[in-house]
Amino acid sequence: MKHRTFLWFFLPSATAMFLFIALPIFSVVTQSVFAPHEQVIREVENCSVFGCTKATQIDQEATQALREAEPMGRYVGAAIYADRNHLALSEIGALWNRSSGPVDFLGQLLNLPFYGALAFTLTYTLLVTPLAIMLGFLIALAVNAVPRFFRGPMIFVSLLPMIVTPLVGALILFWMVDARGILGAVIQMMAGDPNLSVKASTPLMWTMLIVYGIWSTAPFAFVIYYAGLQTVPQDTLESAMIDGASRWERIRFVVIPHLLPLTTFMALIKIMDNFRVFEPIVSFSASAHAQSLSYFIYSDLGGETRLLSSAAATSVLTILGVVVLLSPVLVRTWRSFGKGAA
Amino acid sequence: MTISMRSLALMTLLGATALTGGAGGAMAGCGIPAGRVSIIGNEFPAIQTVAREAMTCAGDGVTVKSNLTADHQKINVPGMQGNPAEYTTAIISTSSIMALMNEDVIRPLDDLVAAHGQDLAKNQLVTIDGKVMGVAFMANAQHLVYRQDVLEKIGVEPPRTYEEMLAAAEKIRAEGIMQYPLGGAYMAGWNLALEFVNMYFGMDGELFEPGTAEVSINNEKGIAALEMMKALTAYMNPDFLTHDSNATSAEWEAGNTALMNFWGSRTGVLTDDEGAPPEVYENTKVAGPLTVAGGSTPATTLWWDGWTVAKNISDEDAAATFVAMAKGSSPAILNDDTMIEAVWMIDGYMPAEVNQGVIKTMEAGTKPYPTLPYMGLLHTALGDNIADFLTGKEDAATTLSDIEAAYTAAAREKGFLQ
Repeated sequence: MKHRTFLWFFLPSATAMFLFIALPIFSVVTQSVFAPHEQVIREVENCSVFGCTKATQIDQEATQALREAEPMGRYVGAAIYADRNHLALSEIGALWNRSSGPVDFLGQLLNLPFYGALAFTLTYTLLVTPLAIMLGFLIALAVNAVPRFFRGPMIFVSLLPMIVTPLVGALILFWMVDARGILGAVIQMMAGDPNLSVKASTPLMWTMLIVYGIWSTAPFAFVIYYAGLQTVPQDTLESAMIDGASRWERIRFVVIPHLLPLTTFMALIKIMDNFRVFEPIVSFSASAHAQSLSYFIYSDLGGETRLLSSAAATSVLTILGVVVLLSPVLVRTWRSFGKGAA
Repeated sequence: MTISMRSLALMTLLGATALTGGAGGAMAGCGIPAGRVSIIGNEFPAIQTVAREAMTCAGDGVTVKSNLTADHQKINVPGMQGNPAEYTTAIISTSSIMALMNEDVIRPLDDLVAAHGQDLAKNQLVTIDGKVMGVAFMANAQHLVYRQDVLEKIGVEPPRTYEEMLAAAEKIRAEGIMQYPLGGAYMAGWNLALEFVNMYFGMDGELFEPGTAEVSINNEKGIAALEMMKALTAYMNPDFLTHDSNATSAEWEAGNTALMNFWGSRTGVLTDDEGAPPEVYENTKVAGPLTVAGGSTPATTLWWDGWTVAKNISDEDAAATFVAMAKGSSPAILNDDTMIEAVWMIDGYMPAEVNQGVIKTMEAGTKPYPTLPYMGLLHTALGDNIADFLTGKEDAATTLSDIEAAYTAAAREKGFLQ
């Protein structure tokens, strides 16, 4: 393609990428290095039906003057990234000196909000991504094997978890695992402990979130794999059958290698999605047991006092986290393209 | 309004009745020439009543719309920051007015009160630094709610302290009446944080170093407050960290709990004949607030709900909003159905039996929830960390120091601390 043609071809998408990807990221990074001005507080008397109390209030006029002098706010550099509610650098230093051993250090580290959330987020991502992809693959194989007549209804049923709005799906499961719900009662019966409650136990809550994650994202893998299965070369399969390959061997040596590029693609998408796990924590009211980086952003923006800079810093850290997680897959893709061109 | 005027709190509530009575009857459009009224607020029966009445002012160039949602706090500030603001009024309470004050999105109402506020009682006006910033229409508080039949069965008087509540709970469990006799809105987050503030105030604790934004809860009183909360949770449904006020109501109506510290504004629902068997709703009674650890300050907080007027709107819209909201919280809304919805601060209000809890809480010298610019940050830090103690992950002192550290980092970012 000529350079000029290429330029015109590429320009619309480049513009869109600049407007909708580069600019917002730039804006978030900017917000994370500026914090609100120091508040000018003065003592006031507040009165209501319950009487008058001495209290404090922000002096809006003085704040206005500060704001006009420095409209961006106070430049704090990486201070918000380093503070206790994010990377907690100085706290980690203190912990290292104080802790009695690696186990103690790790325990205390996970008590810091960012690292506690990171632990859950990573566990969730590393378990849900492969398990959901595998489950989706198995469903696709199963659906592909049934007679054509049943495939329509089976595809519809298999897609249901994806069709149900995530919040609603999670809420339904949430009610079912309640100590007085049907699944909750079954779990109590099986464990023989009438006081067992999924919502009160951190390991069970994590398990439930992960099961929900697999349940809700497996259909995506299923759809992709099912489409992929239609493109598996029939000649190769037939020759494998003539060679006496069993069903498992045909899947292992023909189907799986054929679908590998799809798997890479799905791993990319799903790692990104799962690292930003959010809805299940809200709908399962799981914040007492499991928090994620996205949940922190939500909580920073949803409190009575909004913490914009904190939310922006967490967003940037999330982006960096995704980049780190994706790098093996990206490097792999890069190499295979390089090979193709050579 | 004869017998019930006895109580001191009620005198406070209705104290300025003499001021009222000037304005004429309702007319079309509430006498507003033109303007836009847009309401944002929480969703519970009393607020729905206020919004419904304000809507009657629509017509003849006046538009009134309302958006009542449990997520109101997430959208009221952004919805009022634009110019012109999307919402011309936010219905808020003791705590949430601070978010609007901090962002400077509501206007002083003194001139509007002078021009259109002749029907408002003086004690309805919420003043901050001498300026009227809001108009309250109801009082609210958490107080004891109990099942009379269950307490009679175990032969115990309604508890007046948390220690008595624990003893009663143990007895109910021991006699095999209920496994988890205590209820409570202990959902991690906002609800749980408030329960700590309640308990800490009951211990006579101070949240901040006086006059500063320096938090000071990591002390004996803080530990005692947490320990008492943990002792209570031993008698609660193990899912307590996921129970907000709605779930707590549902547990009550299902007859699973017999004692709880609960919102006055929600007791009307518990005593009506919907959603519960007769043995539950007929035996649901309210009493005053509980004290703790031999203290005299009740372990609860006082709240008002009221409305404000946005800053970034035209004076015409502001006047229309003021008149419509004043209509919404006027004696016209009081009837047999609405009377039990709240402790109304409105002329002509007759407290029903279920409202006695809030009135007794006001009489008992309960502290109001603090209106401080940095209180919201501490409330969030409390809500994020207390669960770690209640689930047994760490001890009380660690939890309190985590809360202080989380608050301090947030307050530094916001510029409240250097």
